Amino acid sequence: MSNKKNWPLWEVFVRSKNGLEHRHFGSLHAADAEMALENARDVYTRRNEGVSIWVVESKHITASNPEHNGELFEPAQDKVYRHPTFYDLPDEVKHM
Amino acid sequence: MSEEQIKSTRAEETRSLEEQFEARIARDEKIEPKDWMPEKYRQTHIRQISQHAHSEIVGMLPEGNWITRAPSLRRKVALLAKVQDEAGHGLYLYSACETLGISRDELYEQLHSGKAKYSSIFNYPTVTWADMGAIGWLVDGAAIINQVPLCSTSFGPYARAMVRVCKEESFHQRQGYEIMLKLCNGAPEQKEMAQDALNRWWWPSLMMFGPTDAESTHTEQSMKWKLKRKTNDELRQQFIDQTVPQADILGLTIPDPDLKWNEERQSYDFGEIDWDEFWQVVKGHGPMNKARMKARVGAWERGEWVRDAAMAHAEKQQERKEKEAV
Ligand SMILES: [Fe+2]
Ligand SMILES: [Fe+2]
Repeated sequence: MSNKKNWPLWEVFVRSKNGLEHRHFGSLHAADAEMALENARDVYTRRNEGVSIWVVESKHITASNPEHNGELFEPAQDKVYRHPTFYDLPDEVKHM
Repeated sequence: MSEEQIKSTRAEETRSLEEQFEARIARDEKIEPKDWMPEKYRQTHIRQISQHAHSEIVGMLPEGNWITRAPSLRRKVALLAKVQDEAGHGLYLYSACETLGISRDELYEQLHSGKAKYSSIFNYPTVTWADMGAIGWLVDGAAIINQVPLCSTSFGPYARAMVRVCKEESFHQRQGYEIMLKLCNGAPEQKEMAQDALNRWWWPSLMMFGPTDAESTHTEQSMKWKLKRKTNDELRQQFIDQTVPQADILGLTIPDPDLKWNEERQSYDFGEIDWDEFWQVVKGHGPMNKARMKARVGAWERGEWVRDAAMAHAEKQQERKEKEAV
């Protein structure tokens, strides 16, 4: 095995057509951003799956820890007043 | 608390984590890479996903053998596109596997050292053009049957990779069948070539579903984790039942004198598989095991200077950018 540095890992995001957001498609290895884009084109869009690609080196992504999902997401659970169904209106009121 | 007590509390905690984990899978929830998972789940998935990735990569070799000798431009672009897809499949799967905390380098090392296995089917030689037809039709056909259930497997990255793979496989099988069809409608020599390819690929294709249920070791665990939905024997039967009528359309004979429609079972009965041959090939004594690894390792080693040069170039560019920014 080579004792030199390995190509870093990149995350690939693809916009499948204008009007839609970029979505995570997978990852790949490349020496630099330009090569990551080219490889992403060949690996993830061989059949017109995209009109735009973003690549970002995986090490730059900060991810939340699922073990902390409780403190992170549970506070939203008891805030029913954030939803329209919380408010009682008479049936006569239409389109609201 | 004494050390003993701490140990037993920990063991209990793990047990309850494991129960919650199994319950999530039973509820059809997906497991994502950063979620807690039993060590056995992680190891089993690393093994299966990497074996699968290795198979896609080594699987390019038998077909790569015919790209430059394809009989027409139409066949050549199709075969080239298929082989390129297989490279893509390998890459989707390697990156799914890496989310479990193993590096690409370790995965390659396992393949190259012979520690990791890949599908035995690729240890058979491709001696005529008709083999391109038989591989697409039978080998990709069997792979589809094995892979479709994995689109809903429990590990998210694996399931997502399989959805992409399965979408691409149907062209593979159709282009193979078309090759067979053309040969079977051609000169008697061409039809003979097609029959010869079927004769050589039929039994190894049946072996792709793995040992019989009686011999298969981790079926129950795999069922629980949705790495398997049906048993090896059920999938094999499904393959035979769908393939025999396709051979009839080609006017070819399946090389199994015991093959017979069973009215009662509404399925084909078939002859004994040569499991000695299967285990011989698995253990490395197939006709092409050595040649495949030599080609793979050789390509990797000959490419080393390119990989190193690309990395050195990238670092230089980065340094220059940083200097200019100052
Ligand atoms: Fe494939
Ligand atoms: Fe394929």
